[in-house]
Amino acid sequence: MKKNTHRTSSASADANAPYKLRLYVAGQTPRSMEAFSNLQKLCDEYLPGQYLIEVIDLMENPKLATEHQILALPTLVRRLPPPIKRVIGNLSNKDKFLVGMDLMQAS
Amino acid sequence: MPKNVTKKTLEKVRTGIDGLDEITHGGFPKGRPTLICGGPGCGKSLTGIEFLVRGATEFGEPGVLMTFEETRDDIKKNIASLGFDLDQLIRDRKIVVDYVKVDRQEIDENGEYDLEGLFIRLDYAIREIGARRVMLDTIESLFSGLSNEGILRAELRRLFGWLKEKGMSTVITAEQGEGMLTRQGLEEYVSDCVILLDHRIENQVSIRRLRVVKYRGTTHGTNEYPFLIDEEGISVLPITSIGLDHAASREKVSTGVPRLDLMLGGKGLYRGSSVLITGTAGTGKSTLSAAIANACCERGERCLYFAFEESRNQIIRNTESIGMNLERHVKKGLLHFFNARPSLHGLEMHLAIMHKRVSQLKPTMVIIDPISNFATGSAERDVHQMLIRLVDFLKMSSITSIFTNLTSTEMVRESTDMGISSIMDTWILLRDIEIWGERNRGIYVLKSRGAPHSNQIREFTISENGIDIRDVYLGPEGVLTGSARMAVEAREKAASLLRDQEMERRSAKLERKRLAMEAQIAAIRAEFEAESIEEGREMEIERDREQTLKTDRLKMGLSRWADVNANGGMHAIKGKS
Repeated sequence: MKKNTHRTSSASADANAPYKLRLYVAGQTPRSMEAFSNLQKLCDEYLPGQYLIEVIDLMENPKLATEHQILALPTLVRRLPPPIKRVIGNLSNKDKFLVGMDLMQAS
Repeated sequence: MPKNVTKKTLEKVRTGIDGLDEITHGGFPKGRPTLICGGPGCGKSLTGIEFLVRGATEFGEPGVLMTFEETRDDIKKNIASLGFDLDQLIRDRKIVVDYVKVDRQEIDENGEYDLEGLFIRLDYAIREIGARRVMLDTIESLFSGLSNEGILRAELRRLFGWLKEKGMSTVITAEQGEGMLTRQGLEEYVSDCVILLDHRIENQVSIRRLRVVKYRGTTHGTNEYPFLIDEEGISVLPITSIGLDHAASREKVSTGVPRLDLMLGGKGLYRGSSVLITGTAGTGKSTLSAAIANACCERGERCLYFAFEESRNQIIRNTESIGMNLERHVKKGLLHFFNARPSLHGLEMHLAIMHKRVSQLKPTMVIIDPISNFATGSAERDVHQMLIRLVDFLKMSSITSIFTNLTSTEMVRESTDMGISSIMDTWILLRDIEIWGERNRGIYVLKSRGAPHSNQIREFTISENGIDIRDVYLGPEGVLTGSARMAVEAREKAASLLRDQEMERRSAKLERKRLAMEAQIAAIRAEFEAESIEEGREMEIERDREQTLKTDRLKMGLSRWADVNANGGMHAIKGKS
């Protein structure tokens, strides 16, 4: 995560990616780093080349916390494809992530 | 930031809520959280909102309202109910409202998280308007929205600590739980000040009460205080905190009935004293209180008349018929009526309403007519409590108070049902005296603290000329009133007339005797005079006759040439001829 860079994506991702994800964090805390790396790993594994991750640091843009109804951090929002999905936490549970993103049916 | 650590006394911020600042001896703890808890619909949110709005509008302390349950529109309505326009407050940068949406359906939890988002939002809002006050309404909603209780508790603890560090005077509302103050045990985290609100229904009447459960490091009132929610927000009644240290005025005010003033030791009632007027039905309690009110207004003072039995117009009409014009006092703004049925509210609500009216109007006299109706539907003890509080409050404000009380039977004439006589300074008793098939009104002063008062029963009459008090007949036939009194008086008058006539007759007789006597004397004198005249005349005749005799004899002698004896007669005759 580079400073002032809110867009990070894997090598093959572009603006037309079907999965548009947004990760809200507050500064570069260990937990937010963890969440980001977990997310990237999972996306690379299950959504290779189909995703775009936008990281929003609320420390820099606190107004967005209210505007986007952010409560817990980190928060992952799947903006596309619809419906909008919200996941909070550091995404340490792979299965939960897959279910949450509709990539796997809950067993 | 926490610079008040070294200070001995806890700094407080005024809530601006009527009465609450008195109970808490100054308000909520400054820069610290206060927990307001209670059941649903008890007025928690409104209390918090009023704290914020008053802070923003009256004390120059902008506030952040973070709501978890009510949307902005709900809040807007709430604030409007206090008479403030939320949009205007927001435009003026006095209030920020942030609605935090918590919906479990929409949130999926995966791994560790914290509530930093909440902190960022709060921090941003606080900095945006330079807030000094924060309200979190109702933060417990988080427990239903997020499942990881461990994280939640740790984060709440951190949040309250953070708010303290920021020096925010914070109000946190929470739902009351089973057997505990709050459902989630928030009182563990907020240990500075906890306020419990309660909304009960007793005898189908709603009663709201407030209690300061704890207030660390400061004294506070510990009782349950009734409170009121109306168009001006919340008012708490600090009445139970009142002691007996009120000032005692030496000034006296007239009752408007000169004879009654005399009965009360000269000039009437002490200002600020409490007066009880009791009597059975129709003895003129309301009329007397109206007269007292009238006198108060004629002095140019304000009077507040709580009428629990008659309507304002009825009182005005009725008093008009006895020559009082209360309407002009109403028009001048000196006389204020407040009508309500006693059964309309609970006792404490009544008390709260009365307290509020009195505080607003600041009258010099308050009339409560009657207090007996409060007894219907309320426990006697409660009524007693309430009246003590009311009397104390009025005395505290140096307001002369008149209470009327209807006594139901002759038996309890001198013991009021609510046992309130002991807290009254003056007790005027109106009673009816039944005699000769008619009822008349009697009045006497049963007690009057600090003034010599008449121990006499007087007759109390109400006519088109107003109230008059006159002496009752006290004679060998006992205490008489009304036509009995008049009859006895008439009889006495007749008797005295008779006596007068007798006297006259006697003196006339004497006079006649005297005249007769004088006439007799005159007659005797006349007789005597007549006799003496007669006598004189006869003596004259006799003397003449003697003379004539002498002359005749002499003549005869001369004619006879007698020288009879030289008795000189001859010479005399010679000499003479």
